[in-house]
Amino acid sequence: MSVTAPAAPRALPPLGPNRRLKLPKQAERTLGNGLTVIAVRRPAVPLVEVRLWMPFGRAHLARGAVLAQTLLSGTGTMSSVQIAAELQKVGGGLSAGIDPDRLMLSGAGLVTGLDRMLEILAEVLTDAAYPNDDVATERDRLVDRIHVARSQPAHLARTALLRRVYGSHPYAVQTPEPEAVRAVRPGALRALHAQRVHPADAVLVLVGDVQPDRALDAAEKALSGWTGAGHTADLPPAPPLEPGPLLLVDRPGAVQSSLRIALPAVPRTHPDHAALQLANLIFGGYFSSRWVENIREDKGYTYGGHSLVEHSVAGSVLVAAVDVATEVTGPALLETTYELGRLASLPPREDELEQARQYALGTLQLGMSTQAGLASLTSAYAGSGLRLEFLAEHAARLAKATVADVAEAAARYLAPAQAVTVVLGDAERIGPQVAALAPVTTEPARP
Amino acid sequence: MAARRSRIPATKYPVERFTLDNGLRVVLTPDRSAPVIGVAVVYDVGIRSEPEGRTGFAHLFEHLMFQGSENLEKLAHFRHVQGAGGTFNGSTHLDYTDYFETLPSNALERALFLEADRMRGPRLTEENLRNQVDVVKEEIRVNVLNRPYGGFPWLTLPPVMFDTFPNAHDGYGSFVDLESATVPDAADFFRRYYASGNAVLAVSGDIDVAEATTLIERHFGDVPARPAPKRPDFTEPDLTEERRTSYTDELAPLPAVAGAWRVPDPITDFAAYLPYVVLAEVLTDGDASRLVERLVQRDRAVTSLGGYVGFMGDPFDVRDPTALLLQAHLPPGGDVDKVLRTIDEELDRLATDGVAEGELARTQARMATHLLRDTDAVLGRALQMAVLEQQRGEPGLLNDLPRLVGEVTDEQVRAAAATLRPERRASIEVIPGGAR
Repeated sequence: MSVTAPAAPRALPPLGPNRRLKLPKQAERTLGNGLTVIAVRRPAVPLVEVRLWMPFGRAHLARGAVLAQTLLSGTGTMSSVQIAAELQKVGGGLSAGIDPDRLMLSGAGLVTGLDRMLEILAEVLTDAAYPNDDVATERDRLVDRIHVARSQPAHLARTALLRRVYGSHPYAVQTPEPEAVRAVRPGALRALHAQRVHPADAVLVLVGDVQPDRALDAAEKALSGWTGAGHTADLPPAPPLEPGPLLLVDRPGAVQSSLRIALPAVPRTHPDHAALQLANLIFGGYFSSRWVENIREDKGYTYGGHSLVEHSVAGSVLVAAVDVATEVTGPALLETTYELGRLASLPPREDELEQARQYALGTLQLGMSTQAGLASLTSAYAGSGLRLEFLAEHAARLAKATVADVAEAAARYLAPAQAVTVVLGDAERIGPQVAALAPVTTEPARP
Repeated sequence: MAARRSRIPATKYPVERFTLDNGLRVVLTPDRSAPVIGVAVVYDVGIRSEPEGRTGFAHLFEHLMFQGSENLEKLAHFRHVQGAGGTFNGSTHLDYTDYFETLPSNALERALFLEADRMRGPRLTEENLRNQVDVVKEEIRVNVLNRPYGGFPWLTLPPVMFDTFPNAHDGYGSFVDLESATVPDAADFFRRYYASGNAVLAVSGDIDVAEATTLIERHFGDVPARPAPKRPDFTEPDLTEERRTSYTDELAPLPAVAGAWRVPDPITDFAAYLPYVVLAEVLTDGDASRLVERLVQRDRAVTSLGGYVGFMGDPFDVRDPTALLLQAHLPPGGDVDKVLRTIDEELDRLATDGVAEGELARTQARMATHLLRDTDAVLGRALQMAVLEQQRGEPGLLNDLPRLVGEVTDEQVRAAAATLRPERRASIEVIPGGAR
């Protein structure tokens, strides 16, 4: 039944011609101290975005986490409150984050405050003090945050998947133990800072209402005094996926099950990357994918699922993630395997490929259309040694990938026989369901 | 004042407004700096308007609007937006429901066609309704039931602060109400609230105004005219004595607390309302803010703290009644009473002594950054202008907000703080269920 009786059908209007991907004006300079600075002009609003990417592989997990939490907690001349207030004065803010690849300082502020933001950034980089009191406070906060994270199903499922995928690689454990966090002392943070927070191999990205050359000058003026060649540590390549029994992680009483599936993938520069990206979209990488249409829009098993190629310095992996009702865990896994297998064995339809292609090209345009989007994109690419020009090359590869290319990539990377699968949920209720589909090993939920 | 202030910059987004014969209001804001557009359709119906016995219905209906329409099969809407390189979504608020997409600008006419088609009539079938009830139940499980602090405080605090069904009920809905919803309920809801006269269309970004106007007339012009329903008065009296309650969250590892105070009418008394929006930031924005400095850093009484106006963090798109909220997570064994007492003490101090030198100016500068950053995305601009048009008839207010925020005075912030008394406060405490 329909609210209004359909009149004569109306035709969907065609799309206008595609607009060419136009790269913004940019400039780049490597300073004497080894810091690379990239400045990109997008003058839409009178702001500037700041991203400082520093390689941080193989750093001590707990110390790295506390360092990120306390990097902005004071310098020789400023307290944490003064740093925050000084940044606020120019409409700015900075925050620090860490992952197994990098330490990242990000922020934004009024463009009139760029010089001041860079000065404060320089002061933090060269003179972070890690004051005893602040370190103690932030350590406790971090411990509390870890406890909260450990009560989140998404975190528990991710933790189990990382451990299963990476084995003894440094990527396997990304959240420190509370006890290890509590043991971190300010002296260790100062040592880690001296050893690892240095400009060699770091990349600063500035995007906004700036003239790129003038932004480079400002960065050079503020940051030339940041020195130190220190220590770098290369990560070993991530190990290949080793398929095996489905890992069932028990979370008694859970009203949903969290399915996480890892599949092989390739870095952005690999010749298969564009075809794999398209195959992933067709499988589960966007809403109009086979997987979402099947398990959400047809069967109502879930609010949503998503698959994504994750790129890290040591390797890339494709991860599919979905949370489903406990009672349909087995059926949801069955449909997931079915959709992976179907795409790995049969070529996609031409119209499916076109739809995925348009989505991939369109979202590139959208991602570049804000200062924050451009800054994150530029910084992520720079972290893999790429520049914005790569976008244009990638767009060309997306534009010309054929059904055969995508089918080949799907067969190579999406085959369910290669999958590493983790399911977090109430083992008593879902164990028999998943055991009907795959060999299973069960373990309790562990943080 | 002596402290040098950062000049608060403004945007100058152009605004074109017109109304079609069927009552649909339209806002256009061109900006040709990137080849992308944002399209938003906002209906003047939200959680507060849903009927008793139908909790969660406004949100469930939002899902049904994506399930096919006059000329489009189920799944077609998603495929056509994404197949044009765009993304889409919808969201249900207390006072409105929005539908939106952002796309490369060559898809303008397609986006208008899609929105017009469902404004004429969604396909409301039994099969789609049952499917989306299942999907919404999973949404509630993933966001509320299967995770710690689910629904805190936006679902758990309103029933403490308010007494009437519109303001106090669970906007996500009970499973019983969701399961008993029928296709005729949906058809009634559509007829009543999804009228052309009850909607605003906003288009932002890489458009030519004349061309966009022609296309809008072409696609929306023959949507049958239906007038907006009269919006009921949702007013409730302010609290005259403190209200406080608590509940155990079996999944939560740490205590948490949220408190809220009513604020002036955001629409009819904007000048009195704005100082509360600024006050929330003075109290909680970053390490240099009053309550973060005191409660997080000095006292170590809380591990995290946030504050905002509007239960969904939406100070400029909510109507009366609404509130200023503060929420905090505490360390293990933390003392909620003490946290509330300290907040009272800091509010007293602010009301008595006023802000410190430079404190207000720096907060305002950062608020300006946040406002400008939100409008940098074409879609953010379209959505906000649509709601400003709907609730105030004033989409261009978006350009003025950074300046207006910057004009709030020390005295106004101080006076606002003075009204946040314990006896006007509603609060709720989360007791951790021992999941540590």
